[in-house]
Amino acid sequence: MADMMQFDLVSPEKRLASFEASAVTVPGSEGDMTAMPGHMPVLTTLRPGLVRVTSDKGQTDYVVTHGFVEVTATSVSVIAEKAFTREGVSKEELNAVLEAAREEAAKAKPEDNIDRTEKFIGEMVHLIDMMD
Amino acid sequence: MPNLKDLKTRIDSVRSTRKITKAMQMVAAAKLRRAQDAAEAARPYAERMNGVMSGLASAFAGADAGPKLLAGTGSDQTQLLIVMTAERGLCGGFNSSIVRLARARIEKLRGQGKTVKILTVGKKGREQLKREHGDLFVGHVDLSEVKRLGYANAQDIARDVLARFDAGEFDVATIFYNTFESVISQIPTEQQIIPAVIDEENADTTLYDYEPDEGEILRELLPKGVTTQIFAALLENAASEQGARMSAMDNATRNAGEMIEKLTIQYNRTRQAVITNELIEIISGAEAL
Repeated sequence: MADMMQFDLVSPEKRLASFEASAVTVPGSEGDMTAMPGHMPVLTTLRPGLVRVTSDKGQTDYVVTHGFVEVTATSVSVIAEKAFTREGVSKEELNAVLEAAREEAAKAKPEDNIDRTEKFIGEMVHLIDMMD
Repeated sequence: MPNLKDLKTRIDSVRSTRKITKAMQMVAAAKLRRAQDAAEAARPYAERMNGVMSGLASAFAGADAGPKLLAGTGSDQTQLLIVMTAERGLCGGFNSSIVRLARARIEKLRGQGKTVKILTVGKKGREQLKREHGDLFVGHVDLSEVKRLGYANAQDIARDVLARFDAGEFDVATIFYNTFESVISQIPTEQQIIPAVIDEENADTTLYDYEPDEGEILRELLPKGVTTQIFAALLENAASEQGARMSAMDNATRNAGEMIEKLTIQYNRTRQAVITNELIEIISGAEAL
């Protein structure tokens, strides 16, 4: 079908999803964006949030923390270091990611640029709240 | 003539050795399956990662302004060798072949007057390199407690390596591991991970819009690329180790079987000889009367 595209979600340990989708909304680091078939090629980093995939079978949500997304006219590939299905994610796991980031921020020396880590922590807190 | 009882004891001991090697072979076969599955599952991520990275990096090719992880420090004086071996032995030439490759590399680099530093992953490689090159060790990663290799293990190693790189401890990093080809063949491999080697042939030529800009993405991507490569190497190594152990134990089991056969023949002959001897004694005793 012309109005479908390949959606892949891969993490280092396994391929979480690979199917045809009609639209994918990703939490880009510069703001959310929705990619539909024929979208111009974009490569962006992700912030913690929900990836919402619309396909024949309705909507599927995935939770991602770090990663990238590669959008081409015919495919969307989410390359996430940590990713979960919406149902499969537990608060503990997300909290562990948050704690790790907090530790990193606490360890950082003053000359390090910790803006990004702080932003990340903020996004994580927001994401965890959203889970409720 | 060997004593019957001694022979019996030897046969029993070889038999129990065979039982152990057979069990180890079967355990290795089961673990190999799991390790192969894990390596298989990790492949899509690594492929995507490399694709994106080579596409991005080719945009920077030739420019000196690229990040250090890509362009290098401008020198190759200090070399870090990351030697990945197993935590346990009894896996044929698995550990030795990696160590041999690493050792050849160390000698070559030292011959060129370079400074060599070694980071070992896995106990066996450390033991083998210690005598000759113990003074070059800068660190060790112990994976003996790890039941199942995860991405987190690779992240730990990568974090350590990257911290050393940022601190200016080395210019070039190379990993040594075994690539899994088949149960009977594992290929010792060396691969440079810092600065990143970009496969320009297969570079993706699609023109992407980058958000944020290329430099920013690349800065975030490169450390992940290092982690991904280390993770892939760890998984390859784990599969190779089990494969090597499986074939080594298969050989051992077969050898033990042959030995049992030989010893059994010897045992039966000896027993027959004893009987014949006794008969001769009885007959010659009777004749003498």
